[in-house]
Amino acid sequence: MAEPAKRQPPSVAPLAGLRVLAPLARYALRVDLAVAAAAAAAAAAAGAGAGIMPLATAVCRASQLRDWHALWLGPDEQLLLGPAAAGAAFAAAVGNALQGVPHSLVDVSHRQGALEVSGPAAATLLNAACPLDLGLAATPVGFCSRTVFGKAEIVLWRRAEHAFQLEVWRSFLPYVHGLLTLAAAE
Amino acid sequence: MSGHYRTASGGIDLERSRPIRFEFDGQAYQGLQGDTLASALLANGVHLVGRSFKYHRPRGIMAAGPEDPNALVTVRRDAARSTPNLSAAQVELYEGLVAHSQNRWPSLRFDVGRINDLLSRFIPSGFYYKTFMWPRTAWHSLYEPRIRAAAGLGVAATEADPDVYAQRYGHCEVLIVGAGPAGLAAALTAARRGARVLLCDEQALPGGSLRADTGTRIDGKAATDWLRETMLELAQAQNVTVLTRTTAFGYLPHNMVCLSERLTDHLASPPASKPRERLWQVRARQVIFATGAIERPLVFPGNDRPGILLAGAARSFLNRFGVLPGRRVVILTAHDEAYRTALELQAAGAQIVALADLRARASGPLIDAARGAGLAIRRNTTAVGTRGNLRVCAVGLAAVDADGAAAGDTDWVSCDTLLMSGGYTPSVHLHSQGRGKLRWEETAQVFVPAEAGQSCRSVGACKGLTGAALAAVFNQAATAARDATTECGFEALPVTIAVSDDTSAGGGWLGTLPQAARPRGGKAFVDWQNDVTAADLGLAVREGFRSIEHIKRYTTTGMATDQGKTSNLNALAIAARQLGRTIPEVGLTTFRMPYLPVGFGGLAGYARGELFAPLRKTPMYGWAAARGAVFEPVSMWQRARYFPERGEDMHQAVARECQVVRRSCGIFDATTLGKIEVAGPDAIEFMNRMYVNNWNSLAVGRCRYGILLRDDGFVFDDGVVARTAEDRLHVTTTTGGAPRVLGLMEDYLQTEWPQLKVWLTSTTEQWAVIAVQGPRARDVLEPLVEQADLSAASLPHMAMTRALVCGVPAMIFRVSFTGELGYEINVPADYGAEVWRAVWESGQAHGMCAYGTESMHVLRAEKGYIIVGQDTDGTMTPDDAGVGWAVGKSKSEFVGMVSLRKRALQDPNRKQLVGLLTADPRHVLEEGSQIAATPGQRPPMQLVGHVTSSYYSSVLRRSIALAVVNGGRSRMGETLYVPTPAGESAVTVTQPVFYDSKGERLNG
Amino acid sequence: MLVIPCPYCGPRPELEFSYGGQAHVARPTAASNPSPADWNAFQYERANIKGLHAERWRHIHGCARFFNVIRDTTTDEIVRSYRSGEK
Ligand SMILES: [Zn+2]
Repeated sequence: MAEPAKRQPPSVAPLAGLRVLAPLARYALRVDLAVAAAAAAAAAAAGAGAGIMPLATAVCRASQLRDWHALWLGPDEQLLLGPAAAGAAFAAAVGNALQGVPHSLVDVSHRQGALEVSGPAAATLLNAACPLDLGLAATPVGFCSRTVFGKAEIVLWRRAEHAFQLEVWRSFLPYVHGLLTLAAAE
Repeated sequence: MSGHYRTASGGIDLERSRPIRFEFDGQAYQGLQGDTLASALLANGVHLVGRSFKYHRPRGIMAAGPEDPNALVTVRRDAARSTPNLSAAQVELYEGLVAHSQNRWPSLRFDVGRINDLLSRFIPSGFYYKTFMWPRTAWHSLYEPRIRAAAGLGVAATEADPDVYAQRYGHCEVLIVGAGPAGLAAALTAARRGARVLLCDEQALPGGSLRADTGTRIDGKAATDWLRETMLELAQAQNVTVLTRTTAFGYLPHNMVCLSERLTDHLASPPASKPRERLWQVRARQVIFATGAIERPLVFPGNDRPGILLAGAARSFLNRFGVLPGRRVVILTAHDEAYRTALELQAAGAQIVALADLRARASGPLIDAARGAGLAIRRNTTAVGTRGNLRVCAVGLAAVDADGAAAGDTDWVSCDTLLMSGGYTPSVHLHSQGRGKLRWEETAQVFVPAEAGQSCRSVGACKGLTGAALAAVFNQAATAARDATTECGFEALPVTIAVSDDTSAGGGWLGTLPQAARPRGGKAFVDWQNDVTAADLGLAVREGFRSIEHIKRYTTTGMATDQGKTSNLNALAIAARQLGRTIPEVGLTTFRMPYLPVGFGGLAGYARGELFAPLRKTPMYGWAAARGAVFEPVSMWQRARYFPERGEDMHQAVARECQVVRRSCGIFDATTLGKIEVAGPDAIEFMNRMYVNNWNSLAVGRCRYGILLRDDGFVFDDGVVARTAEDRLHVTTTTGGAPRVLGLMEDYLQTEWPQLKVWLTSTTEQWAVIAVQGPRARDVLEPLVEQADLSAASLPHMAMTRALVCGVPAMIFRVSFTGELGYEINVPADYGAEVWRAVWESGQAHGMCAYGTESMHVLRAEKGYIIVGQDTDGTMTPDDAGVGWAVGKSKSEFVGMVSLRKRALQDPNRKQLVGLLTADPRHVLEEGSQIAATPGQRPPMQLVGHVTSSYYSSVLRRSIALAVVNGGRSRMGETLYVPTPAGESAVTVTQPVFYDSKGERLNG
Repeated sequence: MLVIPCPYCGPRPELEFSYGGQAHVARPTAASNPSPADWNAFQYERANIKGLHAERWRHIHGCARFFNVIRDTTTDEIVRSYRSGEK
């Protein structure tokens, strides 16, 4: 019985401007950012794990390193997102880069799913249940944060002026999707 | 033609080419596109539109806006879409509209409830509290239902509301409430400087008083032309949002304003997908209130007959809707504005049969104009009564003498319409809701906004500029908008608006009009909607009420759906006069949200049905649903409760499931258990400080039952904790406890022990958890597992290992909540459904069943395993719950440790967990039943405990129960008594373990 | 609904926060063997201030940090906020 089972993310009906993204690899990284940055630099200088680990150092902003994105969620918390197939190797490399640095790296790939909300009305649509000011001054491209959407918690990530990625815990995803679908119907 | 009272031309709200048919009380009428129900009824000569709340007096349209206290109607689309208590002036006409009057039976013209008016001396203010005191039992059965049936408003829809209600969070620099002249000037100023501006107005069309303005010229144009151009500019500005049909009803802390936007109520056939309303929660950096003023009625006998309107309302009906309220009009005023109305009505063809002014002296351009137009002005004149049954037909006018009383003969002037104006009350509601202070202006006799409670400004009529020249209003509004935008960091750009041919007006009256020493004209209403008269207010004061808040509640003045918009100031003036105090000494009652009634639909918004709250489902939900599982909600989760086969009821299904688990094995979805990854070099130290247990001795690859207390020493949560690596623990919590356990842990970690190098990550949803429990569990799983040895030697009870299950990287915990050999397979959640299916198929050869939470409960109760929150209640220590053995003996710190030292928490007579066996093995005790130590007690009884869990055990062929009993562990073998509806049930106290008390089956 | 200035993320809507009660209530350690009166004070006695109140909030649906806020309980005005451990 060596045939790996297929990943089955929560399923929802399709809608223009609203889609469920393909499975991702996700890691919750908890570490003192300054220490981690130094360690990553040192590892890179030593040629080990060079350029593997993205770190978002600005508050509520995402940063990118090749295929991997780091989302600043808290002063010692990063959500790392990347290709599903590359997850295990990535985790090992991050573990190497942070050897000796107290940290917590937890695989949360399956904990949540991703929705993309896009189009000129995307911000307005999200404001149906998200209380944040989605004007570009308050939430520019690259903004990311945990917040609420109705009665669910989400991570909101503005990837473009008119495109948002929502990271939603899997059992809340049909609710968030349903609310977006109803709000979009007008 | 849409009514005999429609003028030949004019009416800027109308589209005269589009007639509309509508129905009121079963009668068909015609109106025009742009009409409100009120204007369309008036155009058809219909004034009688309702019966009053308490006395069932005939009532007509009084105002041209939602403040109208009288003309309340029900608009009905169908049984599910029926909206009561709408002011006819806020109902926009659409083709086929059906409206009904309220509070009348059998018909509006002949209403049996009118008897209340004749009996009115028996139902004065406070009658509710006085009259029906005895006998007490009759209150609920007789008095209250009768009173409620006789006094009332409209009736809500009887079917579930099928409409969609939207909500939205809005953000702007400047929110402007009211799109009258002041609001528009503010919006233009703020908008031209680039700030995000949100302008809202409760009317269908913006403009406010400009819509009825026929004379003033703005920037060299007619007011209505300027209005059109201004709206065009605002509509084209990217940074401006204009919301019409939108009422700002609440002003909350930190500059949040709640708006109710009505989207489809004005449409004949609302599109199915379009929401009916949208509730806005707008966060504004700065708020500008341009909410205008409300005209006050006059308080005199018989002031409530149909055909008696506010003068300003008549002007609105004429200029906006081309409607004459009547042909023979008497005007009674204390304010210059009514003269403008008189002039315009006369020009439109009505006859002004009398123009009476309460004031001894009145002068100014409007008075001069009236005189110039040949109108005879009666100064110093009051009204002492009116005549007419379903419509006013005459007004009794009398001169006012030097003492301020009506004197001399009453001149009964016949008319079909009486227009009154007591001046204007600034709408300070929202300013006040935001904790703004008010200042009494003695000369103008109005309360105006003083210091603001938040970042807001009031401009125009609501700031006291009632009747003021438009130039002053524009100037004030533009200045306020400039200051507001500057505070938001935007550069100043002056906006000037030129005004010509404008006239200002003044005047006003508060309280009862001059009357004869013994007035005989009947009731003088103050609050039309709640039928409160001047005499009621006097009675309240005579009976000893001094505070305006108490007078309000005793008389119910200002407590109807209109919240006293037209009545509060008159009521205050009357009470103040009776109390011999000044108006500011007596003070206003508190303004509370909502400014206007807001439907429940709008408040609920999207949160209905499936979207009321997230319905959390596990990856295996679909499988269970397809197998016919019956689900139960457990916190937000939907959990399979049992899996009935071939017509089984719950008891039969549970009996079968339990027996199969004990005989062979069962599969159970344990995904909802909370999971927290505790990782970092200080993980063990952190757990030592949080949980009662000693974690130092927990080896990697081993599990332990953990108990978490609060600092009060009481059990907060429990669960199995596994050490998955040197610096890593996998902590499980109860299903409902996951968020609060994580919250408690974070609290202590961040605020008590921030130096610990450990981090907490919720992994509840990362893992799907498939429990396989029963003697054949290993046989079921072994074919699916790679890279791990499931043998008892290699993976004993309370051990864990990593493995591949169906090729998926998994964690296998050998744990049991059934007392049987058991495993909990954790696989990444996307694989959950597929691995579950594989386990299910593998189990078929072994007779495996799927079982739900109900069987889980029975199986664990047979073993005496507690459920936190069921067998504990937030006042139980670990010792009380029978798990004191888990508390580490040599620990220096854990949450709750200090409290456990309290003598009261060590009292041997505390309630302790025990088992109960009923004398009748078929009798299943009710959970929550109380327990008595001696039989045959009568209330008040001496009770020693209560039943926490109770089931029928099909395995043991008898009922079992867990209970907490005072000093229970020293009562083994005692007989106690459980009172039940069917009589007392004798029970024997036992150990709480009913099955396999040696625990041998766990180690299979 | 308040706007609460998170010392990490900046001003955010109250919906993202949970309340944590009065701030700066020192918790006696078990090792210090607190008197019943001291423990009781820590457990149950709170100031219930009318006016400026130091209280704990958690940006639970944001950065997840606990922090402190000085709020006027009569007006809801928030004077300032600061991180746990700061004054
Ligand atoms: Zn924060």
